[in-house]
Amino acid sequence: MIRYVVKRLLMMIPILLCISFFVMVLIDITPGDPARLLLGNTATEEKIESLREEWGLNDPLPVRYGRFVWNILHGDFGTSYQTKRPVATEMFQRFPYTLLIAVLSLVLSVFIGIPLGVLAATHQYTIWDNVAIFLSLIAVSMPGFWFALLLIRYFGVVLAILPTSGIEDWKGWILPTVSLALGYAAIIARQTRSNLLEVIRQDYITTARAKGLAEGRVLYLHAMKNAIIPVVMIVGSIFGASLGGALIAEIVFSVPGLGQYTLSGLSNRDYPVIQGSVLILSGLYSVIILVIDLLFALIDPRIRSQYSSKREKIRKKGGVAANEAEEGVAAD
Amino acid sequence: MGDVLLSIKNLSIEYHTDKAVVYAVNNISLDVRHGETIGLVGETGAGKTTIAKSILRVLPTPPAVVKSGEIFFDGDDLLKTSEHGMKKIRGNKIAMIFQDPMTALNPIERVGSQIAEAIKQHNKISRAEAERRACDMLEMVGIPGGRFSEYPHQFSGGMKQRVVIAMALACKPELLLADEPTTALDVTIQAQVLEMMHDLKERLGTSVVMITHDLGVVADLCDSVAVVYAGEIVEQASADDMFESPSHPYTIGLFGSLPQLDSTERRLKPIKGLMPDPTNLPAGCRFCERCPRAAGECAQAAPEMRETAPGHFVKCFYPGGEE
Ligand SMILES: Nc1ncnc2c1ncn2[C@@H]1O[C@H](COP(=O)(O)OP(=O)(O)OP(=O)(O)O)[C@@H](O)[C@H]1O
Ligand SMILES: [Mg+2]
Repeated sequence: MIRYVVKRLLMMIPILLCISFFVMVLIDITPGDPARLLLGNTATEEKIESLREEWGLNDPLPVRYGRFVWNILHGDFGTSYQTKRPVATEMFQRFPYTLLIAVLSLVLSVFIGIPLGVLAATHQYTIWDNVAIFLSLIAVSMPGFWFALLLIRYFGVVLAILPTSGIEDWKGWILPTVSLALGYAAIIARQTRSNLLEVIRQDYITTARAKGLAEGRVLYLHAMKNAIIPVVMIVGSIFGASLGGALIAEIVFSVPGLGQYTLSGLSNRDYPVIQGSVLILSGLYSVIILVIDLLFALIDPRIRSQYSSKREKIRKKGGVAANEAEEGVAAD
Repeated sequence: MGDVLLSIKNLSIEYHTDKAVVYAVNNISLDVRHGETIGLVGETGAGKTTIAKSILRVLPTPPAVVKSGEIFFDGDDLLKTSEHGMKKIRGNKIAMIFQDPMTALNPIERVGSQIAEAIKQHNKISRAEAERRACDMLEMVGIPGGRFSEYPHQFSGGMKQRVVIAMALACKPELLLADEPTTALDVTIQAQVLEMMHDLKERLGTSVVMITHDLGVVADLCDSVAVVYAGEIVEQASADDMFESPSHPYTIGLFGSLPQLDSTERRLKPIKGLMPDPTNLPAGCRFCERCPRAAGECAQAAPEMRETAPGHFVKCFYPGGEE
């Protein structure tokens, strides 16, 4: 197991190298000149040219890439062209906002989505199921920005109990969190419902009932534990995606998160910002996927047994063979 | 043999699916006495599993609907018992061995704990004690106790079947519903398992409803036999009578022409034709289409159950031995 984790972590290195190389190529072929964008239209060609020289933009691609990797290895993510501040520092300042919104909205959506999905699945063919399906369908199909605007209108303007934008105190977190959680909750509820419906039809659930277990125990201990695996997958990928910054929420509510930062980096052709954001986000994403995989293994012994190292497998096989031999003797 | 333990009266069960209504069980009556083993035989789709599950009330609802009938167990109608009351009966007084061992165990729980769970549920004992007893049960069905904490995917099909059996026997039930308990096992293990069930029956006086395709099992274990066809019991008699003088043309077809049982002919004989579509049952006798004796009236009216000899019941206008 530990070997597997180490292997996965080591595998991240070539993956991240590939991604950043790919990003650099994309940057290279995208039109737009950061120097011109920074200095404006009135700047002379010489000035622009000297700035490009200073940033090293005139070097060939492999040289630039080599320099980028070399700097990263020394913990240097570069300096933003626009703000002249280190990219690492700026991201470090913004990351807490993004992380907190991601965590809050995900926690909220899990607490709404899973019970709603369970309710729908356990009351299939009743009004509860239909209501739950209807609600989640609305929530999934409603555009996020529109819901955010609705929230602003009612809680910020009509009732005037919550700030319409910016984050000054804890109240500022509420609307961005809620606006994101709605869509997530709907996705989670639908996934929970369909998995649970699938699982409660399985024979082993009938077996559990036939043992005389209480319905709650059957549902939560036997059914939910089996049904939760794909839900974990969904929650994990939502989390990974929202670490990139929930762009619409950040813009609508003016939250100074990573999404905004990456977006401004893109529009200004601020190459170090783009490279740094992509690298950090893909690194985080890989780690999250790894954590999900480990969670799977924790829940499901069949997956766990795939991860056991080769040496263990051989030992196990020998063990089984020995057991079978024993059985053969017993049977005779 | 003792008094009646289980008494099913006029039971009808339907499955209401999106497309059609499946008439799975139609007006079945059946008595099981204390200590009796009754064999339920019939071809695939006849409704045997549906009957067994309805006794424990573990049919999937929806789609299953119990249309009518009563199931008396120890004098109480199980169909009217509260969920709470059923909880105390399931796994404790009535246990079931499920048909498909590959899917009957929870894939992510340890095999031993799945057995211990049933024991703990019905006995006021510590967890450790329940696990110890579960271990004993495993050994009883021939699985080394050391494999207690393994998972179902580490077991072969036959071993899973034995785990399912151990689980059903764990609380020493008064009534055991065994749904093809030996189908997944190889012959030697089959013999062991049957031996074990026989032993249990003798020692504890457990009554057994044995669903099987295997006439050898019927001959070895069963005191009486009910033949199920298209959701009906078409013939019922003591095992000896059934083998000696099968009267319903379907039974005769099933048992083949074997006058007595010899070891080469253990399986039910396939009969030409198909069972009628359970969503669209014929008006008259259900076996009419495949029946070599069918006459005009057979297609018009359904025959009533008649007692042709003491304790021998047949649902046919022209019962009797082979011509
Ligand atoms: N969940 C279900 N939904 C709809 N129809 C069902 C369902 N379960 C069983 N049936 C139908 O009910 C009828 C009886 O099925 P049942 O499983 O009781 O047969 P069986 O006698 O146990 O057959 P086998 O010997 O193959 O196990 C069949 O026609 C089957 O298609
Ligand atoms: Mg069956």
